[in-house]
Amino acid sequence: MVEWSDAEHSAISEVWGKLHIDEIGPQALGRLLIVYPWTQRYFGSFGDLSSAAAILGNPKVSSHGKVVLGALDKAVKNLENIKATYSNLSQLHCDKLNVDPDNFRLLADCLTIVVGIKLGASFSPQVQCTWQKLMAVVAAALSSRYF
Amino acid sequence: MSLTAKDMSVVKAFWGKIGSKADDIGAEAFGRMLTVYPQTKTYFSHWADLSPGSAQVKKHAKVIIGAVSDAVAHIDDLPTALSQLSEVHASKLRVDPANFKILAHNIIVAAAMYFPADFTPEVHVSLDKFLQNLAWCLAERYR
Repeated sequence: MVEWSDAEHSAISEVWGKLHIDEIGPQALGRLLIVYPWTQRYFGSFGDLSSAAAILGNPKVSSHGKVVLGALDKAVKNLENIKATYSNLSQLHCDKLNVDPDNFRLLADCLTIVVGIKLGASFSPQVQCTWQKLMAVVAAALSSRYF
Repeated sequence: MSLTAKDMSVVKAFWGKIGSKADDIGAEAFGRMLTVYPQTKTYFSHWADLSPGSAQVKKHAKVIIGAVSDAVAHIDDLPTALSQLSEVHASKLRVDPANFKILAHNIIVAAAMYFPADFTPEVHVSLDKFLQNLAWCLAERYR
């Protein structure tokens, strides 16, 4: 069972309150596909991913980025119970999509960077620490079907 | 994943843009590494104060980022440029090379935060590749 202190709860609320899902999602997913191009293997139906410009302008990337952040919203609203909240998503990613779990860490890193850019100085080392804990818990929950 | 000519020029240009902020970015990155990945503190257990703003942390961060800047200046021959540092890390410091990735991530976070407009996805991928190559060269002498 993951435990969250009051300070961690409020740090996550504060960060989440400053983010726009529609902005952050597409940026993070776009960076994943550009910085780690092998991740494109999971998005064969997305059309043109041939360049950074194509990826950033791709409407399917944008819309899927929003879907991913929408799912993260569920985790943020159910911090005490992320594993159960993500049970179906884990089944989907592990059993159906067969995503290499290391990719969850790569997307988490891209998200951290995008959030850091957005929040600037308020993304202190302590806030980054709490945020990355959330990322690690989410990644573990998504990978849980593999174990 | 070797560096293309484009990667080298993108990294040089971005690092030129960073200029004198390199020390701040280094301090930020090193401090965040110690905070977000507490296991990295084991290499510095002889220091009195491991908090992000401490004098010791800032001083050592300057050494590290100075070495990174030097690597940028010699980006077309990293193995030669990093040969001595690799020897030090392998035989004396014996830092687990997995930690190079951790520090790289925090350098990227800090650089992105200080230069949000310049840290485009293109810069991101080239800097990520550069730091990965740097880490590889740093681990060269390990075995």
